[in-house]
Amino acid sequence: MTTSGSILGHPVRRKEDPGILNGTTRYFDDLAVVGLVNIAFVRSTIAHAHIESIDTSEAAAMPGVLAVYTADDLSLPDQHGFLMLPPTANRPPLARGTVRFVGDIVAAVVADTRTHAIDAVEMVVVDYDPLPAVMDPEAALVEGSPLVHEAHGSNLAIGMGTGEVDDIFGDADVVVTQRMHNQRLAGIPMENNGIVAVPGEPDGGITVWVPTQAPHGLQAPLATVLGLEPAQVRVVAPAVGGGFGPKAGDYVEFQIVAAAAMRLGRPVKWTETRSENLLSMIQGRGQVQHVELGLKRDGTITGLRVRVVGEAGAYPAIGAFLPFFTQTMSQGVYVIPKIEFNWQSAITNTTTTGAYRGAGRPEAAALLERIIDIAARELGIDPVEIRHKNFIPAADFPLTTLTGAAYDTGEYAKALDAAIAAAGYDELRADQRARRERGDTKQLGIGIASYVEITAPVGLHAEYGAVEVHEDGSVTAKVGTSAHGQGHETAFAMIVAELLGVPMDKVTLVQSDTALVPRGQGTMGSRSLQTAGSAVWRASEMVLEQAKQLAAHLLEASPDDIVLGEGGVQVAGVPTSALTWGDLVRAARDDSKRPEGMAAELAAELDFDAGQSSFPFGSHIAVVEVDTDTGRVELVRHIAVDDCGRILNPLLVAGQQHGGIAQGAAQALFEEIRYDEDGNPITGNLMDYAIPSAAELPSFEVSNTETPTPLNPLGAKGIGESGTIGSTPAVHNAVIDALSHLGIRHIDMPCTAEKVWRAIQDVHPA
Amino acid sequence: MTVNGQPQAHDVEPRVLLVQYLREESGLTGTKIGCDTSSCGACTVLLDGESVKSCTIFAAQADGAAITTIEGLANGDEMHPVQQAFHENHGLQCGFCTAGMVMAAVSLLEEVPNPTESDVRLGLEGNLCRCTGYHNIVKSVLAAAEMVRK
Repeated sequence: MTTSGSILGHPVRRKEDPGILNGTTRYFDDLAVVGLVNIAFVRSTIAHAHIESIDTSEAAAMPGVLAVYTADDLSLPDQHGFLMLPPTANRPPLARGTVRFVGDIVAAVVADTRTHAIDAVEMVVVDYDPLPAVMDPEAALVEGSPLVHEAHGSNLAIGMGTGEVDDIFGDADVVVTQRMHNQRLAGIPMENNGIVAVPGEPDGGITVWVPTQAPHGLQAPLATVLGLEPAQVRVVAPAVGGGFGPKAGDYVEFQIVAAAAMRLGRPVKWTETRSENLLSMIQGRGQVQHVELGLKRDGTITGLRVRVVGEAGAYPAIGAFLPFFTQTMSQGVYVIPKIEFNWQSAITNTTTTGAYRGAGRPEAAALLERIIDIAARELGIDPVEIRHKNFIPAADFPLTTLTGAAYDTGEYAKALDAAIAAAGYDELRADQRARRERGDTKQLGIGIASYVEITAPVGLHAEYGAVEVHEDGSVTAKVGTSAHGQGHETAFAMIVAELLGVPMDKVTLVQSDTALVPRGQGTMGSRSLQTAGSAVWRASEMVLEQAKQLAAHLLEASPDDIVLGEGGVQVAGVPTSALTWGDLVRAARDDSKRPEGMAAELAAELDFDAGQSSFPFGSHIAVVEVDTDTGRVELVRHIAVDDCGRILNPLLVAGQQHGGIAQGAAQALFEEIRYDEDGNPITGNLMDYAIPSAAELPSFEVSNTETPTPLNPLGAKGIGESGTIGSTPAVHNAVIDALSHLGIRHIDMPCTAEKVWRAIQDVHPA
Repeated sequence: MTVNGQPQAHDVEPRVLLVQYLREESGLTGTKIGCDTSSCGACTVLLDGESVKSCTIFAAQADGAAITTIEGLANGDEMHPVQQAFHENHGLQCGFCTAGMVMAAVSLLEEVPNPTESDVRLGLEGNLCRCTGYHNIVKSVLAAAEMVRK
């Protein structure tokens, strides 16, 4: 949205950068707190076991140790992971009698230094009686499987869906089927988890600094656990080093640390190690997908049937419910006359799952885009053509899909055409043909994915925002979202600067503190700009209206004639008849100057509610080279056309696209959380869990189409997760496309050199 | 040793890592810890002008060395060209890898003043970022090289 004289639509550099670049921005682990002591956890080394005994005596006698706690010592209530789930699979913050995954917390040690705490953890002796463990979600649902929670009676966390749909493939000429594994991933924000808990304030309660995406979400649960009123719990998110979903939730560690701080009457800190992070922090994806697609011979889709088994982990939480989003988005960008989609989530002896960048929607795009490529191959139709043939036409919007998604706006063909043009699709296909004819060892693969996703999903489409002008002409904006790398200080300041005509450096954003912001749902689900940004927009409009009324009164003009001027407002066309923002605030506070009935301030607050979610979309094209001798895949180009509605700051949008593409490509090629047959994680640190470095990725070719949404004043949809959703199937499809002439039809992600090599050996033994 | 030009002397336990020393004794928390396997590079500082992961050496091993951290990189209020380039090119998001990434880039450009994109990608292989997809980091380092040349 580049309009003349407007800041909107411009690549404004970030206000956040200077403090980060000179090392003064403070993350929770950097906070200097007087009297701080440290906590470390004794975690289960066994996937499933009865605890026979815990001996803490030697640990308690170690240097610097202040306390050692087990379940009996702190008596914390069990954590109920998610309201829709039965309480029979709740998690005791400290294990009571049974451990259910490697990483379950058995005891906590508080000591004067972190080193002393970790030393003492080694001295806690736990006697385990191992039980049979189950890691595979499909095996977990088979009758007779070991039960993770005896009291729950089965390993089924939750199951939902459409039920059976009559005659789903009655109109189909062909039905293609594929079992796909959408593997479990770790979020890996570069900053690990942790908390600093300081007892005393407010009002005999506690203040906690937490690297969270949703500070307000932690307030009430912590109060309940500690027996305090919510007002006695202050939650602050300082600078947060990345989130990607896993930092949106509550962690039992927070409860234990806060309880220890209250018990000891002194500040306690937990700083998670990366190895701990790969056990404790919730993980994403983890679906086995049985997919069937019915089509006419000309490529027209007639029906889709999907059965998903998701991984909930040991103590089911929001992750158990995420296949619901996969179901919601299973129609994707296509006209599909019949959809049958049923899913179950299984409890297993593994780390609990939850939201990770995309959270249920990448799984939908992955299964649809893969099965469509398989169908295109089987029917001998180009993957671009089959998509064009089935796209929901632009004229059909708004519409509600068979799976209940209320799509706002979309122009799917436009995004794909833009990607095709940017990629030079025909030239790429010619290069591919030439390499095949020559029998090159480096074969070219071209992968396409067209997606639509849901942002500000279910219940997350409303948010608090406020704007207040001060006597010095500066402006404070407050929001209930909580940025952790997105650049909201910059983005939201642009909105205020635009509407009130103040310089961006006069605008301060207040966020991430329950003591300063009355309510908020946090930053997740690509929701912040469209919800909190819209609230700031509306609040700015309300403040401008107040200013106009006041100025009209003071300047003896009609409010309709008052316009924005240099550093304030003026009578239209009369720059000498003007008031600065400072003048206006002083006048508002002066009983003799403001009109009757007007508040003694220039300030407004509201909850902006879009009424529903928004649906960004786009098309990605990935180009890979696959070495047929070694199986090694190299991503050589990635073209992304993402449509997030109207763009506020193209610099920030491109940054989100880049990061999303890297994480999505990493799922297709590198990353997977794995367990051995006893339930031991074998990807427990950054040497074994393969997040890519700069050397494994190319520069990306990103652009946008802009199809505004009518749902908010900015016309904006979310962009945080699109890159991930589009890139994974594009890169995955590219790998298979490179090998399709050899007769390879599918390889499960991640397409590592070993897996690709084995697939080649299966069809063409060396 | 000197840290950012300031002489420092502390008695430390033999097992204290340089990164712990910098964060806890020197109070320089700009240097971050992101892993425990020397994989992520968030703790990268300059030791006698060369980049080193400060979690891979003990503080005692740095006895007598000149250490530069992110806090000591700028010349007063004037950002180092690499810092300036990261700001101009949106080479940082959450900022947690940034200190290490910037220090690694400074060292890389000392060694290879005219790098290609491939030089930069390989040169920063030991530093992980989860936000940027590296696109704008690479762009920033190439831009910094250009700024230094001018």
